Amino acid sequence: MVLYDALIAPFTEFEFMRRALAAVIALALGGAPIGVFLMLRRMSLVGDAMAHAILPGAAIGFLLSGLNLFAMTTGGLIAGFMVAILAGVVARNTELKEDASLATFYLTSLALGVTIVSIKGTNIDLLHVLFGDILAMDDPTLLVIAFNTTVTLVVLAVIYRPLVIECVDPVFLRTVSRAGAPAHLAFLALVVVNLVNGFHALGTLLAVGLMILPAGIARFWSRDITGMITIAVISAIVSGYLGLVLSFQTKVPSGPAIILVAAVLYVVSVLFGNVSGLVRQMFPAPHLEA
Amino acid sequence: MAAQLQFRDVTLGYDRHPAVHHLSGEVASGALIAVVGPNGAGKSTLFRGLVGILKPLAGSIERGLDVRDIAYLPQTADIDRSFPISVFDFVGTGLWRSTGFFGGIGKSARTKIAQALASVGLTGFENRNIGTLSGGQMQRMLFARVLLQDAAMIVLDEPFNAIDTKTSADLLALVRRWHSEKRTVLAALHDMDLVRGNFPETLLLARGKVAWGSTPEVLTAENLLEARRMCEAFDDGAAPCVAQVTSSRAA
Repeated sequence: MVLYDALIAPFTEFEFMRRALAAVIALALGGAPIGVFLMLRRMSLVGDAMAHAILPGAAIGFLLSGLNLFAMTTGGLIAGFMVAILAGVVARNTELKEDASLATFYLTSLALGVTIVSIKGTNIDLLHVLFGDILAMDDPTLLVIAFNTTVTLVVLAVIYRPLVIECVDPVFLRTVSRAGAPAHLAFLALVVVNLVNGFHALGTLLAVGLMILPAGIARFWSRDITGMITIAVISAIVSGYLGLVLSFQTKVPSGPAIILVAAVLYVVSVLFGNVSGLVRQMFPAPHLEA
Repeated sequence: MAAQLQFRDVTLGYDRHPAVHHLSGEVASGALIAVVGPNGAGKSTLFRGLVGILKPLAGSIERGLDVRDIAYLPQTADIDRSFPISVFDFVGTGLWRSTGFFGGIGKSARTKIAQALASVGLTGFENRNIGTLSGGQMQRMLFARVLLQDAAMIVLDEPFNAIDTKTSADLLALVRRWHSEKRTVLAALHDMDLVRGNFPETLLLARGKVAWGSTPEVLTAENLLEARRMCEAFDDGAAPCVAQVTSSRAA
């Protein structure tokens, strides 16, 4: 019964916990696969940069319409898309690498956002924007997150094959298909959509957490991309669930609790993962004949 | 035989600096051509232009076939070998033209992939990650993918570099097979004996065309010496190309 009270009761008794759980599951289903691709394309920090680029857009929406879900979502999406697409276009058509062009654009949009915020005043509610509050999830926000996740999974299914080929052998893709550039831009758009999702639940500063940490965990347990995506999704859901329980039982803020649980899983994976985990390297299994 | 590819005074390069300068000539359908020249001669650049991933700085390349009907094997440095994909799946991407975005890999496709892997001696390696392959195995795998592409023209960029003799011999047999199937094959090569023994036609390149024709006539001591004299240059202070300025004035 103690276990039941600790692990199950919070969700059977409180509606806000059920909403929060539904939100993290939706976040995990959409964000974790995107995180795996970000990691494999060595774009983990790019994701983080883009999360910052969303802030000014969401802040503008917030300042124009208050804590209005659609204004903030739209603002975040517009800012994120602009940065992602401009960076992608610049990287594809000039000598500048994507990370460098992204850094340029996100710095610009961040500076722009901060300028607008400073003109309009009130910074107090901005804490909500920065750190989010998954426990205060209302129905419309939950629906937006679920909708974004659905869009993500459908679009990812469409661009999956060219995206994989573009990661492993971009020159080959360019010679057999023109899908490379659109797939890449669609992927960047999905990154933005999922960052906006993460922003609603975890705030700007931790939005990328449920994308990147599960991907890092998955790298230590699987050698193939399907396995990685599966493990990333599962570990994101587990982190979300345990993080909510931890937050409920200890009053630690929910966003950081979720990310900290994911970080613990990451450390365990680094130590004990069966693909290049540290312990596994110390005690290797005997080699084979061939 | 009909020309499948025509270079019309084409100049290819990077950032206004030519790597291949004013090349003209044509590739007949079904030809087996070695592209020979020192490092920096522009062989890879020519191939990149040929498959459409580098736009000419001047002149044009006219193709008598869809650019997607050209299978291109670049130097392996372009492949992310740390990506978690199996040999089977990697080779399977060669079926892109028939599978596209959603087409399933059915029983017949699986058989084709298995046959391609068998042709290059990689049976048993299906489930290996590409990162675990040796240089020679990697090249075999890339040849297997070219096999599956079933292309009318095949462009191989230094396919036998850093490959042992057995692997080169096996892969060369595939090149001969493609030639016998009337596919057009262009390969950048450094081994002159291999070229003399197997390639009826040669383009000797040294930033521009030194000679292009039947291999014995092209690979003469005189031509090779001239190619060797080519010096690599990348001079920001260089004047605009006179030939191009004159031709654009005439136009």
